[in-house]
Amino acid sequence: MADDGECGEVEMSDEQKKEIAKWFLLNSPAGEIQYVAKDLRSVLSDEDVYNEAASEAFPLYNKSHMICLEMPGTTGDVLVTSFSELDKNEYLDPRTAHVAIIDHVKQVCTEVRPAADEELPSAYVEEFRCAMDAEILKYVSEAYPKGVCSVYCINGKDAEGPGCDFEFAVVISAARHSPQNFCNGSWRSIWNIEFKDDMQMLEVRGRLQVGAHYFEEGNVQLDAKHECKDSTIFQSPEDCAISIANIIRHHETEYLTSLQASYSNLPDTTFKDLRRKLPVTRTLFPWHNTMQFSLSRDISKELGIGK
Amino acid sequence: MEAALGLMRRIHPKHSETALSALLGLLPHLSSDLLSQVDQPLQVLCDVDSGKEFILCEYNRDADSYRSPWSNKYHPPLEDGPYPSSELRKLEIEANEVFSIYRDQYYEGGISSVYMWEDENEGFVGCFLIKKDGSKTGHGRRGYLQEGSWDAIHVIEVGPDEEGITHYCLTSTVMLSLTTNDQSSGTFSLSGSIRRQMNMDLSIADGHLCNMGKMIEEMESKLRNSLDQVYFGKTKEMVCTLRPPAEVLPMRLPES
Repeated sequence: MADDGECGEVEMSDEQKKEIAKWFLLNSPAGEIQYVAKDLRSVLSDEDVYNEAASEAFPLYNKSHMICLEMPGTTGDVLVTSFSELDKNEYLDPRTAHVAIIDHVKQVCTEVRPAADEELPSAYVEEFRCAMDAEILKYVSEAYPKGVCSVYCINGKDAEGPGCDFEFAVVISAARHSPQNFCNGSWRSIWNIEFKDDMQMLEVRGRLQVGAHYFEEGNVQLDAKHECKDSTIFQSPEDCAISIANIIRHHETEYLTSLQASYSNLPDTTFKDLRRKLPVTRTLFPWHNTMQFSLSRDISKELGIGK
Repeated sequence: MEAALGLMRRIHPKHSETALSALLGLLPHLSSDLLSQVDQPLQVLCDVDSGKEFILCEYNRDADSYRSPWSNKYHPPLEDGPYPSSELRKLEIEANEVFSIYRDQYYEGGISSVYMWEDENEGFVGCFLIKKDGSKTGHGRRGYLQEGSWDAIHVIEVGPDEEGITHYCLTSTVMLSLTTNDQSSGTFSLSGSIRRQMNMDLSIADGHLCNMGKMIEEMESKLRNSLDQVYFGKTKEMVCTLRPPAEVLPMRLPES
């Protein structure tokens, strides 16, 4: 996006326009890509460039924001993530063992088909996955008023029995869009759980990302990110599920507490380093009597003690 | 133009410079409108005569040069660039001196510059700028911020004197960003910009500088307060809507 100052009158190439359009789409705040797309379309006033940019940017945005789409004809939702992606437009919902075919730009699920056997984990792995899904689902429904979650097997899904390693990704996504209140936000957590058979350990890695945007007569955004690690012992599917759910609950609760602490530190510490509420003198600035400053300056100049 | 401003309202404040240059590329015919309506983070140059830094903006720019409020010279040097009248320059000098004391009392550091120029209707315009780097490595006294910046732009239109009363119209923008980062809580970053306007009719008995200063001080306090209370507060509310705080949840102890 280099702006070479005087590139002025040179018309941009379609390729450059497309890259700019993609940049705007990918940098849309949570839940706002459709609004950005609408404005962008009218700024570009070139349908071909817009369509091309949209078809490239929407899939990336949808996956990184882990958007949740309703699957028609079923009671389930599907999460659009890189873990559930089978094909560009096909996303697996392991809970219902269905595959959603989605339209990225419209952000809807158009069709649903049952997942093929080879798209699903082995019976051995599925037992662990299913138990964990149940525990995480319980936790998410308690902790998030509008949370969606899913557990994917992302490595070693064909393991037939003990002696093999495999890896899950637990994904939690909660979004709130209230454009009428000029406010949007999203909470995304990704937990990688490595089942290490030889060490009889489960290694846990969490990445949490929270964003909020408030834009009534202004534009203020929060970005918060955190990573953490933990581990537990390899047990039965049910016991693994319970201890992983507890680990996730513990870390996410702690993280929320630290976010709240960051907010409560703002007024008296963090924000004060930018601008104080009151001057160092603790009284409003004496605008009616600024002569005192020039007087004291003159004196210090005369005495040679000025800066 | 409306769509372009719509994009600027949504794009992350951290990306506003990139976004603006992208829009300038897409909409070259709207460049002057865009440049005047979209506020950008302030840039700084060093005055070669005084060794002091000054802030750059549209109002001290001519061609590619910027006039320093300290030496009154253009950087890089410029033949026949515009200057304020000698009377107005006197007020500009005084305003710069007083405003830097004001800045020091509220900001404990930072840079400020004031520019003035005559406008078409017998009045004049003053532009008061403050830039503060509040990070650990900058002027952050307390050392809490990994990254922290505050840019304030106050443009105040001063009307002609009408029987001892003058109309003042102040438009202020604050752009800020702050990031804290530590092992236990990760990175926490808030950034944003807001713009407000204030109109007042005041007696000139106290002098223009006193009137302008009081308005700016009141406005800055209001903006700081709304950022702190309203804007940051709304994002916090959003976080607590997404995942309500633990007190209201049944806590389960980890079964080890």
